[in-house]
Amino acid sequence: MCLSSALSITRAVRPPRASFVDFPLGHTSGRPHALDEQIALMSEALKGFEEMTHSGDIKTLPFEWQPDHGWKDAVMRPAAPDGAGADSDFRLPRLDTPQYQFESDAEAADSGCPTCVFLA
Amino acid sequence: MVKQPPIDYIERTQKQYEALGYPSYQWVYNDTAIALAPLKKPLSEAKLSLIASGGLYTRGQVAFHYKDDLSYREINVLGRAEDLRATHFAYDLAPVRKDPNVVFPVEPLKRLVASGFLGALAERAYTFMGGIYSARKVKDILAPALAARLLSDQPDVVLLVPA
Repeated sequence: MCLSSALSITRAVRPPRASFVDFPLGHTSGRPHALDEQIALMSEALKGFEEMTHSGDIKTLPFEWQPDHGWKDAVMRPAAPDGAGADSDFRLPRLDTPQYQFESDAEAADSGCPTCVFLA
Repeated sequence: MVKQPPIDYIERTQKQYEALGYPSYQWVYNDTAIALAPLKKPLSEAKLSLIASGGLYTRGQVAFHYKDDLSYREINVLGRAEDLRATHFAYDLAPVRKDPNVVFPVEPLKRLVASGFLGALAERAYTFMGGIYSARKVKDILAPALAARLLSDQPDVVLLVPA
């Protein structure tokens, strides 16, 4: 099963089962430190393994990010001349060297890392 | 309160690329859904394997890069949560860096195992870097490698969580 926040992409790819949650990208399984909601969301999603019996079914989960859906307006929209919407573009340059969260992670990294699998 | 339908990310990406002068992205459209395998045992007895594409790694591992990274990481779900890290070029990293469970739901899954709702969580989870430009490379290289690895863990169900 795929747990997705991008309904159009999931409909195009057509995984065997999907659960859709209408949250902003980066919150597919919930909000930070909202464990009770994360548990409720995961249990609704996982029930789909038993409920969905037709290939390509998508279950919409009963959760709402905010009562007002205005957050959707600025997502991936070019910034307006007044700068509105400029914060919605999070893309970073496509660098081809490892991008560590902390500099100290680079020092701690094992270059022979047995749990890192590099494919051709 | 204003309600809106789900965001059409395909349409918005096309418009964004157009505005930036990029060539149109060739999205994957599958004619038929991938075959569904019926569940062979109740969820309360099933072992679940977790895969996430939000660029998660643990301290001590080599981080992902941002240019069509076709590698994956094995992450032990019994490891220390404070050693989890996230790196990605295309989504807001602030929430995941506060709480990795927002795209890598290990803690809620463990709670569902503890309550008996889910049978077990496979010890090894797998993570990779979403946003790989070439869908062909994902289909031909990364997905088969992950599938083979997963089969060796013998889960009953697999959950894929994109970011």
